[in-house]
Amino acid sequence: MISRRRLIGTIAAGSLLSGCDRLSNSPRFRAALRGGEALSMRAQRLLLDRGALAREYGRGDLSPVFRSNGTRMPASPRYAVQAANGFADWRLTVDGLVARPLSLSLGTIMAMPRRTQITRHDCVEGWSAIGEWTGVPLRLLLDQAGLRDGARYIVFHCADDFYGTPYYESIDLVDAFHPQTIMAWALNRAMLPIPNGAPLRLRVERMLGYKHAKFVDRIEAVASLDAIGDGRGGYWEDSADYEWYAGI
Amino acid sequence: MAQGSEPTRPILYRHRLPTRLWHWANALIVLVMLMSGLMIFNAHPQLYWGEYGADYDRPWLAIGATEDRGLLRIGGHEIPTTGVLGMWTDGVGRVRTTAFPGWATIPGFYDLAGARRWHLSFAWLLVIGGLLYGAISLGNRHFLDDIAPRRAELRPGALWRDIRRHAHLRFPRGEAARQYGVLQKLAYGGVLFLLLPLMVLTGFAMSPAMDAAWPWLLDLFGGRQSARSVHFIVAFLILAFLLVHLAMVLLSGPFNQLRGMITGYYRLPGEEER
Repeated sequence: MISRRRLIGTIAAGSLLSGCDRLSNSPRFRAALRGGEALSMRAQRLLLDRGALAREYGRGDLSPVFRSNGTRMPASPRYAVQAANGFADWRLTVDGLVARPLSLSLGTIMAMPRRTQITRHDCVEGWSAIGEWTGVPLRLLLDQAGLRDGARYIVFHCADDFYGTPYYESIDLVDAFHPQTIMAWALNRAMLPIPNGAPLRLRVERMLGYKHAKFVDRIEAVASLDAIGDGRGGYWEDSADYEWYAGI
Repeated sequence: MAQGSEPTRPILYRHRLPTRLWHWANALIVLVMLMSGLMIFNAHPQLYWGEYGADYDRPWLAIGATEDRGLLRIGGHEIPTTGVLGMWTDGVGRVRTTAFPGWATIPGFYDLAGARRWHLSFAWLLVIGGLLYGAISLGNRHFLDDIAPRRAELRPGALWRDIRRHAHLRFPRGEAARQYGVLQKLAYGGVLFLLLPLMVLTGFAMSPAMDAAWPWLLDLFGGRQSARSVHFIVAFLILAFLLVHLAMVLLSGPFNQLRGMITGYYRLPGEEER
């Protein structure tokens, strides 16, 4: 038999919980909670050094196995053909609000100045892995294309998809021109493996993992994120309400 | 005229307004932080020491499930937890295998993005409230007069006496009840000046942007995954404080204690009552 006190306790706890779940599902309450994200981003941008470098580690600190996450093999037949060919026919497009749109082969990108960094990858789920990345600083690609006035965000379009929607992500110019923000083509001194985003992926080291778009084949400069996906700036932002600002 | 064995039981203004506001705001905030934190933990229910840690590495703590039971693994030990951790049954009778059950998490279903929004928004309330309360409590001498233990109270004999009193559930009465006992002071001071700051700093240490700007956070805790582990351990120390705190309130006169924390006025317990 359930005692009265137990029953009252159960009802109280139950209504508190279902109350929280109702709030969680209420668009207005979620909009209020989103205020916390805006506050976190403003505070971090205001109070912290915008050029601060993420810690770089030594080879002894590398994760024995660098976990891959998200798409491990893009589903499109086109990607399979490109991969089978060693990405010899693959091109990276840089367009949008740029003076000189680019179309670059992997060979051209690999011949550009490179940066190698051993950094920690922090997934929003909570795990971390340390890997050695080599790639071209995004800043060099953007300078070569020449950002036009009004460009405020850089959008990454990817060759993998979730239920038919290609993956996309975006960052602002503070992170785009950060020295550690690179388009990586190597992991741990080997060509980037497919599960980790071959042939080219973003490393934006002061952000959580879902920002680090893999299989990137188009970089687009835009003035606003409104016309990208549902307007929240990324696949997970649009589909699962992840924060656009992923520095925390 | 007073009658019988209760001649005077003075009413005392015990808790000032900032203390009461902070107490009740935090009663809510800490609960939300704990429960949304458990949902975030559910996204990767393993803890590691050091900088990195993921599926191929060795956790010191893991909550998981086999085919038919829930498990908690700590170090080399495996503790069956079916029904509570790793494998449990939800409100409509479905078997679930997230680490912490729905009744313990906010939201009560798997929603990492939602839990992060709760957690990171209420974290602002915790920190802003804490800074205000801290500044006011320095100004009105609450910390110095009420929380800081006196030297005499910290002598082993005095500590031992207070421990024995608690063990026998003998709470201070009469004039002795005007002030917090030494264990009370140490508990409140420990939460205010050790556990809550540790929660905030380990929380910061999990933010990749904070780590870049303040790399000493990583050195302080021995790496991001260590900071995550400490965050989890300290959260449970705060939960332990909460449970002991609630037990002490219930055992020492819940009506009087609740009135004290709501209105500020507390009636000194009579000397003779037992």
